[in-house]
Amino acid sequence: MKTFHLIFKIFMLLPLMWSISSCQDGSGDKKGALGSNIAEKVYVAPGEHDEFYAFVSGGFSGQLAVYGLPSGRLFRVIPVFSVDAEKAYGFNEETKPMLETSYGFVPWDDSHHPDLSQTNGEIDGRWCFINGNNTPRIARISLQTFETEEIIEIPNSAGNHSSSFVTENTEYVVAGTRFSVPAPQVDMPIAEYKGKFKGAMSFIKVNPEDGHMNLEFQIMMPGFNYDLAHPGRGKSHGWMFFSTYNTEEAHTLLEVNASQNDKDFIAAVNWKKAEEYMAAGKFKEMPADYRHNVYDESTHSATSNKMTTVKVLDPTELPGLVYFLPTPKSPHGCDVDPSGEFIIGSGKLSASLTAHSFPKMLAAIESESFDGEAYGIPILKYEDVVGGIVEQAGLGPLHTEFDGKGNAYTTFFISSEVVKWKLGTWEVVDRQPTYYSVGHLMIPGGNSRKPFGKYLLAMNKITKDRYLPTGPELTQSAQLFDISGDKMQLLLDFPTVGEPHYAAGLPASLITENSKKYYKLEENNHPYAIKSESEAKVVREGNVVHIYMTTIRSHFAPDNIEGVKVGDMVYFHVTNLEQDFDVPHGIGVIGANTSELLIMPGQTETFVWNPKKVGVWPFYCTDFCSALHQEMQGYVRVSPADSNIELTWSLDDE
Amino acid sequence: MKHILTILSALLIASCSSSPSGNESAAPPGKVETPATLEEIEKSFEKYKGVGPVSEVEVGDEIDQTLADEGKVIFEAKCTACHKTDKRFIGPGLKGITERRTPEWTMNMILNPEKMTQEDPIGKLLLIEYNGSPMANQNLTEEEARKVFEYFRTL
Repeated sequence: MKTFHLIFKIFMLLPLMWSISSCQDGSGDKKGALGSNIAEKVYVAPGEHDEFYAFVSGGFSGQLAVYGLPSGRLFRVIPVFSVDAEKAYGFNEETKPMLETSYGFVPWDDSHHPDLSQTNGEIDGRWCFINGNNTPRIARISLQTFETEEIIEIPNSAGNHSSSFVTENTEYVVAGTRFSVPAPQVDMPIAEYKGKFKGAMSFIKVNPEDGHMNLEFQIMMPGFNYDLAHPGRGKSHGWMFFSTYNTEEAHTLLEVNASQNDKDFIAAVNWKKAEEYMAAGKFKEMPADYRHNVYDESTHSATSNKMTTVKVLDPTELPGLVYFLPTPKSPHGCDVDPSGEFIIGSGKLSASLTAHSFPKMLAAIESESFDGEAYGIPILKYEDVVGGIVEQAGLGPLHTEFDGKGNAYTTFFISSEVVKWKLGTWEVVDRQPTYYSVGHLMIPGGNSRKPFGKYLLAMNKITKDRYLPTGPELTQSAQLFDISGDKMQLLLDFPTVGEPHYAAGLPASLITENSKKYYKLEENNHPYAIKSESEAKVVREGNVVHIYMTTIRSHFAPDNIEGVKVGDMVYFHVTNLEQDFDVPHGIGVIGANTSELLIMPGQTETFVWNPKKVGVWPFYCTDFCSALHQEMQGYVRVSPADSNIELTWSLDDE
Repeated sequence: MKHILTILSALLIASCSSSPSGNESAAPPGKVETPATLEEIEKSFEKYKGVGPVSEVEVGDEIDQTLADEGKVIFEAKCTACHKTDKRFIGPGLKGITERRTPEWTMNMILNPEKMTQEDPIGKLLLIEYNGSPMANQNLTEEEARKVFEYFRTL
């Protein structure tokens, strides 16, 4: 019996063994012995690289996650709006200012919509922008260092949701207000919302050289909810489109009271016109209170600047600045096709999608054929501006992206599917289920003139039974579809960090060439940097002690420090002397009320330690750096507050 | 039974492995036997040019003091965390290095330490001698490495 089993098992294994031993080299047309080629399409062999980067918003984690496509492998979580103890973001002295706001230090936000910088309507691989929804802010992330370099707070805004969308030459990053508020803020009854609350649209100018942002102007709109936005491109370049809901201006039970009107609006904003009005001095300067935080790569440190005014344009007094396009019903997504001709409004309470025609819109404006006005802003006639309707495509349309081949892809939240349809003929050509309740979707370059229409990433709110359970809290997910053929093909499910809202993708080749490998020591202008071990020292200024320390594989200099006292404020300024790719060092000290430091080669970082107990306390390297990593450690002797132990420091007793 | 299957599978998988990538030796194969100790090597160090971008260095009869002075500045900025001139520290003391190593070997060690400690016969012995402590690649240019070598001549 046993022998039979053995023979049987060997026979069963033979096909498998054959497939292993046939040694496919990974090239050419492979019809796998296992029958399916789906796995091959997402398989990136060990040591090989993905074709695309995907920057996926971390939602309520406040961060931005970086994945490779098609593998779905997570490479890095870039801390943006929330502290990150792993990377000391918001914990070390250098990055604490990044999270300063007009409300003080805010350690968290809800990050939503990443968007990439563009040149001539094409993704250029320089920066990624993302919005903080809760305490309104826009961040800029360098795609050379994958670090957050700048955060600007948005005054007069609340629920910074129709953000952060980039115009086709990165002239502006645009941020709109979801929750209208009194602007300026004032103590008033909530029930007097209607007519008194405002929704600011902020246009943040981006310096083409270094990416630095400046809140150039705000357009103070009526108190609707501005939900999402996308820039015009090509023929519609110079315009920005915002979807609205709650044109009812309800202030309570919005799920009923903001769903009364058959149509809300897409607001078409002529920002070139706004620039003319700005140049002509037609703005009002308004007092404001917001922070502008900038990280300087040369000092490896951020500064937080207090801003006190903002320039405001009033669309009710400035003709030609804004028009309303009636759009059924509570439109959410507001997406512009690669040619710039069509603006797709996804009425989330409507079964059909509305595609407004930009040329028709211009013609209607030209002929001044208006259907009334709202707070002095002209409303165009629905019939005049509609370019096409995708009828009854699904339930709960949310967002649309494009493949650059004449097709559009729309997510439907309620019917939990992605629907492919054709621009111009408006016919549905394919639909695929998602698992489950899809929100945003992303095609690399999908918000540009030149999408890379090979993959589509659908981002789901709910996963229910798709993964092993992890208690009541389940992961959110992304699903990768191959869209190179007529029919979409589901390739891969992978979990995401936090709830993914939008994402942005681009070919890896646009980033890899410029990716930073290490910081040059000669260019390190940190005020507490030291460039060699001979400069290592410890300096006392009253009860403040500054330790100027270096790291290299595998020791600290100094690694023995005496003369520190209980109650001192001890700053560890640690410079990593390494000048090679992928050799960070870390440092942690026992009982420190902060995180570790994780110091990149050539960088200086600082943490503060308040020794509370007498004794001899170790510190050590937290990032495995070499075979002698375990030996990378040191001691600080802490004496009583009234002791007179001399301040000394050494390495190897020298 | 399990063992038989494991062995069978292992054999089949093993038959797939690609040909081992040849460890390129610093010296031409067959001409230099890898000596057992550093002392032995130092008797015939002229044969060892190392693994890396530098295959030939022109060294003047006289020390080029300008070059050496510039090399000292670079050495102090980039190398002193691990090297002292007068004694062993994390890595070897560097006094007399020009009498133990060729200029090519020295520059390749500065420029290409990862490969040197894996493939070069002396580099491999040094890695063991210094407890596996890796020689850090400080990303010097070839020109900078040349200056550092000139500085070593003054020690």
